[in-house]
Amino acid sequence: MSTDTHPPFEKKPASARSDGELIRLEQVTKRFGDHTVLDHLDFSVDAGKHVTLIGPSGSGKTTILRLLMTLLKPDEGTITVAGEQLFPAPDKQVREVRKKIGMVFQQFNLFPNMTVLRNITEAPVTVLGMSKDAAEERARELLEMVGLTEHLDKHPGQLSGGQQQRVAIARALAMRPQVLLLDEVTSALDPELVAGVLDVLRDIARSTDITMLCVTHEMNFARDISDQVLMFDSGRIIEAGSPEKIFSEPEHDRTREFLSAVL
Amino acid sequence: MTWEWSAVADFMPHFWDGLIVTLQALVLGSLISFVLGLAWALLMRLPTRWVTWPVGAVTEFIRNTPLLVQLFFLFYVLPEWGLTFSALTTGVFAIGLHYSTYTMQVYRAGIEAVPVGQWEAATALNLPLRRTWTAVILPQAVRRVVPALGNYVISMLKDTPMLMAITVLEMLGEARLFSQQHFQFTEPLTVIGFAFIVISYLASLALRALERRLVH
Repeated sequence: MSTDTHPPFEKKPASARSDGELIRLEQVTKRFGDHTVLDHLDFSVDAGKHVTLIGPSGSGKTTILRLLMTLLKPDEGTITVAGEQLFPAPDKQVREVRKKIGMVFQQFNLFPNMTVLRNITEAPVTVLGMSKDAAEERARELLEMVGLTEHLDKHPGQLSGGQQQRVAIARALAMRPQVLLLDEVTSALDPELVAGVLDVLRDIARSTDITMLCVTHEMNFARDISDQVLMFDSGRIIEAGSPEKIFSEPEHDRTREFLSAVL
Repeated sequence: MTWEWSAVADFMPHFWDGLIVTLQALVLGSLISFVLGLAWALLMRLPTRWVTWPVGAVTEFIRNTPLLVQLFFLFYVLPEWGLTFSALTTGVFAIGLHYSTYTMQVYRAGIEAVPVGQWEAATALNLPLRRTWTAVILPQAVRRVVPALGNYVISMLKDTPMLMAITVLEMLGEARLFSQQHFQFTEPLTVIGFAFIVISYLASLALRALERRLVH
């Protein structure tokens, strides 16, 4: 495949979608002051899987994403991504391993001083060393995928929340991450803008082999895209399983309570 | 009191000389205060107390002592240490240094006002620290602080007459010299008073235009 005509994603055959474990957390503990958010947590995610983290607020879901993105450091435990340690690890190794991970935030966090196009090309050019032309071409493909081609010269402040979030998704994908972390990406949006963002994510889940870790309150979306759903409570996974099982016949009382409150 | 246009005419050649010196002091002093203030602000963010403590102490000291004292000190004491500069160079440096201790606080506030989400996005994209500063944080911080920096430019303008104390003939110095030689005080002092207003006004217009350009 020539480098200048690559599609937005490198698709692998379905058989290659689950070639073993990609993310592993072992005995991870995170405290904020006296409050233990994660308590000796173990869990792993296989490559290509879409895992949704559900549970009441404060149960540690977002903390896991932030630990994986290295925005937080665990107090104890180890985190491994694609066989390489992310924590504990020297800074140089962290930078390398982190290249495999992308994140989309609740508040979009686009760079307001840059155009939409530059938001997407900045990191591929400065971090991956892509040429400006190649990065812009890829940005255009991604913007087409999220349906925002006509906005590439605008600044984030000129876009709606839903449009900004779709740009943020394109920006994360421009780095070709193996893992995409989605942290309540529709929670800050007006209700009528949620569907557009979720459609883009469904599309990515369907057509790529990116591993997705998703914290969301959109249960229908979780049911659609997830291979596995993890129910969190007080820093522990109290129940894990397929979306059919968790949403239809949850075993744990806390899961039933939580689902009846949000569904 | 009488007003004599001929005295104005006589003063004008001196006025132009003083105006050029005042503008030099203002522009160069501003540039020094902008650059040095940013340097202080960035140094204060280093994680080591070996840097932040001395920088904090020195800038606190400069901010809390009068500019006039600093001018005299630099002008009369530095030559004793073998460092000799022209009066104007000394004056420009003193104003720039003095005001850098104010602009550093403006920059600090501007940097702290950039939402933490911007740092997180930069981390998530793996941007190197230097690039995070130059491409993400500082452009947003500086944009926020232009109005506050502009206020210090006006303050600096109004402090330029202090340079008279170290023999720099800026506008007030020229006016005073002219007055003493011709015993005509009203005309030269009025002329430079208007000049100060006009310069302030033009400077604030320029800053407002800059603000508009920076806001998206």
